[in-house]
Parts: sequence; structure tokens; C-alpha cells
Amino acid sequence: MTTNLAAQPSFSPDHRGTSRVGRTKNAGLSVLPIRSAEVNSIPKMALEGISLSYNTNDGSKLLALDDIQLEVKAGEFLCIVGPSGCGKSTLLHLIAGLQKATSGHVRMDGKVVDSPGTDRILIFQELGLFPWLTVGENVEFGMKMKGVAKSERQEKTQHYLRLVHLSQFKDSYTHQLSGGMRQRVALARALATEPDVLLMDEPFAALDAQTRDLLHDELERIWAETGRTIIFVTHNVREAVRLGDRVALFTFRPGRIKREFSIDLPRPRHLEDVTVAKNAREILDELREEINKSLEEQYGYEAIR
Amino acid sequence: MKRFARQAIFYGVLIAVWVLLAELKVWPPYVFPTPQGVFQALWAGFADHSFWIAIAVSMKRMLLGYTLSVILGMILGLGVASNKFLEETVGGLLVSLQSLPSICWLPLAVLWFGLSEKAILFVVVMGSLLSVTIAMETGRQQMPKIYGMAGRNLGARGFPLFWHVLLPASLPYIVSGLKQGWAFAWRSLISGEMIFVSLGLGQLLMMGRDLNDMSQVIAVMILIVAIGYIVDGLVFKTIERRIQRKWGLAPA
Repeated sequence: MTTNLAAQPSFSPDHRGTSRVGRTKNAGLSVLPIRSAEVNSIPKMALEGISLSYNTNDGSKLLALDDIQLEVKAGEFLCIVGPSGCGKSTLLHLIAGLQKATSGHVRMDGKVVDSPGTDRILIFQELGLFPWLTVGENVEFGMKMKGVAKSERQEKTQHYLRLVHLSQFKDSYTHQLSGGMRQRVALARALATEPDVLLMDEPFAALDAQTRDLLHDELERIWAETGRTIIFVTHNVREAVRLGDRVALFTFRPGRIKREFSIDLPRPRHLEDVTVAKNAREILDELREEINKSLEEQYGYEAIR
Repeated sequence: MKRFARQAIFYGVLIAVWVLLAELKVWPPYVFPTPQGVFQALWAGFADHSFWIAIAVSMKRMLLGYTLSVILGMILGLGVASNKFLEETVGGLLVSLQSLPSICWLPLAVLWFGLSEKAILFVVVMGSLLSVTIAMETGRQQMPKIYGMAGRNLGARGFPLFWHVLLPASLPYIVSGLKQGWAFAWRSLISGEMIFVSLGLGQLLMMGRDLNDMSQVIAVMILIVAIGYIVDGLVFKTIERRIQRKWGLAPA
């Protein structure tokens, strides 16, 4: 294991378009159960020319997302990084079907999707757990809406609560839990509907470093165990490198994919790994340009006022 | 406990002043009754069951009218909250209608329904419908949008989305409106009963006037206040507190 970490990482930034993920090359994977990584000609999810523009108050149009082309393979862990305001959260809402794109399509297994569906579950940044329901009832909610029989619901609720180590909090209310625990409830609630794709919107941004590290480990484990496809949005480059098979870097307004990076590091990884830091460094250099642009816009605007 | 002691002293002094004024016999007793007289009127009223019957009749009208206006108000409020056109048109009308005392609907109700239960029910519904509607509307707007999105994201739509997500999510915001609706309905009912004679507490009040029995008038007024206080201060406050605790909006 340790020799693997020290091995030369094959770090290959490649430009827009498809990139091959050589996860099978990594001996680091062997500690994780082998997941269904069958190579399919149809990607699990494909974003085809997604654009979104808003009408602003002064009547002009603001282009938030500009021609996003992205393919995600089944079982892949894709991270999207970008400066705040680049539209990465909006993109997740679009994929989840909660918002409509101005143009372009979201395809899942080749079929166009344009309304919410339990095959794609979004974990919101604010989580959106229902405070009037217990932890167990929250996890059960999606299955109830799907019409899953009660006994099966209870069984699965138990299973997913165990997966996130919250079995003994089944009857608690969410406001009685800590931030990290609430995060786990949201994860269990999303997993319980058994979606093909899990969409995560900066889920760990508000957590303290220790809790976040722990949840990184657990998310990686759960991803390996369940074989889900994950699209993970973050502004934290290290986090993206720590978790992702691939990292897509977004530009600042309008949001465009600037570049994609394959992260061919062995798993499990750690935030403080030298290799993770080194890869993050390279992405960060590119990201900094975009952050500068966003700062310029912000301060420039204030100067005018 | 200190608060309770202060309140006890306050009411003690109030009754003492009352007794004093009554004993001085500045006004004749049919204008200014004694506390004893009021107490006797209360006692007699409960003893001959006339108060019990009046309370039962009034409460039945209240429950019926209030339930009706909650159901109608929720539908109306949701409609107004979810449709821009309705909000601009019906919403504005509702707010302006709220300045109309609900008893003003009585002449219309009597013309429409005659001197019947329906007429009084109509006045009660008109009394509380608007505040329930407006509460529902503002509740839907104040409710954090994330719950609706999370519900849809988890596959809820249509009626299940409303019933399992939107309604419980807005409950903490509409409960005060529901309380206000109850208070308005109560007022409307009593005024309606006073004008349109057929059992109920309002009629009892007017009967006291007709018989020049000031003690009965005061006794019924006390009853009206007591019932209003019990429902408003105890029932609704308990519900409100329980909702806030369960929703995590107040310390447990």
C-alpha cells in the first residue's frame, strides 16, 4: 500500500472531451471491493451542450452556463471544481431536473431526462432534511414516495442507517444531531432511493476538518460498496483530488469546462498525501486565474458604486 | 410563581374595587352589578343548564364554521401563493376585504339563507376565512424553498408533495394565522348571535339586556372571555409550542 502511494502518479491533464480513467491500473484499488466497471458504449450520464441564461433585473441576459459537454461513466466519481458563482451548483440542479436548461440535454443511459427522478438524487448544500420527520422517516421518505412496501422500507432504512453509522439515531430529529451526522442522514436518505447517480453539492463545505476527513473516507467506502456514479461539486481542489477519478475545472461566469484532469492515484487517498497535494497544486494554478477573474468582477463592481 | 402572585394581587384588587364601588351604591344594581350578583348569575346559569346549552350551541357553530374556513382558506391560500395572476388579483381583494368587519356580512347572509344556521355559519366563515387564507399564503412564501425542492428531488409530486412536504413545512408559519382565524371566528360568532336570536352565548347576552339583568350580561361576558382564553391561550399555544419544538425552531 505505502509503496503504491510513493509510486509515480500518472497525472494527465487532458483537454475538453472524453478522458480515459485508468482506475484498473491502480493496485490501490485492490483494498476496495471490485465494482461494476464494465465498459459501456453509452455513458451513464451525458450533458450535451447545456446552456443556461437568466434575465437580470435591468433586462439584460446573463449567461450562467455555456455549452457544457460532459460524459460520466457508470461507477465513476467525477468532481467539478470552480470559483463560487461559476454555476456548478446550478448545473447539479439542472441534472436533477429541478431547473430547466435554456438549451441542451441531459441524457441518462442515452435517454433525455428533464424532470426530477429518483434515478438521480441530489444532496443539497443545505441538505434540506425534513425537520418534522425523524431520521428514520427522512431516510424512508423517497421509498415511500416510490410506493415501496412498508416492510421493505424499514429493512432498507435500517440498512442505510447502518451504512452511515446512525442506527441508534433512527428516532431522533435532525435538529438534535451534529452537522456531520446530519450530513450522513442526507447521504443515507439519498442512497435509500437507490439512485444510479448521486449528485452532491458542496456537501462537506460547512464541516470542521476532522469530520470532513472522516466523511471523505466513508463516502469513498460507500461509493466502492454501492457502485454508484457520483458527481461531486466543490470549491476545494484538494477535496476534489482526494475523491475524484476525474476533475472538471469550471471557468468563472459564464461557467464553461476549462479543462479536465484524470486523477490516476491509488485509493484510498488522504487529503495530506503528497501526491494529492501535488495534483491539487496543478489544478489550483489554473483555478486561481478564474478566482482572480471573479474577484476582479466583484471589486471592480464595488469600485464603480 | 412570582408572576402568578402578581396576577393574583392584581385581580384581588380589581374585585375589591368592584365590591367597594357596588357597596357605595352610586349606581342602581341593574346598571352596576355586584360581584356576588354576577357570581350568582353564573351559578344559576350553569345550574339550570342554560349556560351549558349556550356553550354547546356556540361551540358547535364555531367548530363547523372554523373547520370549513380552514379547509377553504388552505385551498384559497395555496392557489394564491402558487399563481402569480391569482396573487395579483384575488390576493389584493382578500387584503382589502379584511378591513370589512365580518358582521357586515350578516344582512347579506340573512337575505341569502334566511334566519337559519347557514346564515350564522356564513358569518363565522367570512370572519376567519381571510386570515386563514392570508396565513396560508404567507406561510407558503416564508417556508424555505429547499423543502419543496428536496421533496421533488426525492420523487414527490402533486398531492403527496403538498401533503407530506409543503403542508408540514409551512405549518410553523401558518399556525399563528390559524390562531388569529379562530379569534376572528369567535368574535364574528358572538356578534352574529347577538343580532340574530337563536340560542348561543350571544343570544344569552342580549337576553340579559332585555331583562335588565346586568349580572347575567357580565356573567356571559366572563364566559366568552374565558372560552376565548382557554382555546387561544392553552390549546393554540400548546400546539404552537409543540410544533416549534418538533420542527427544531425552539429549544427543547
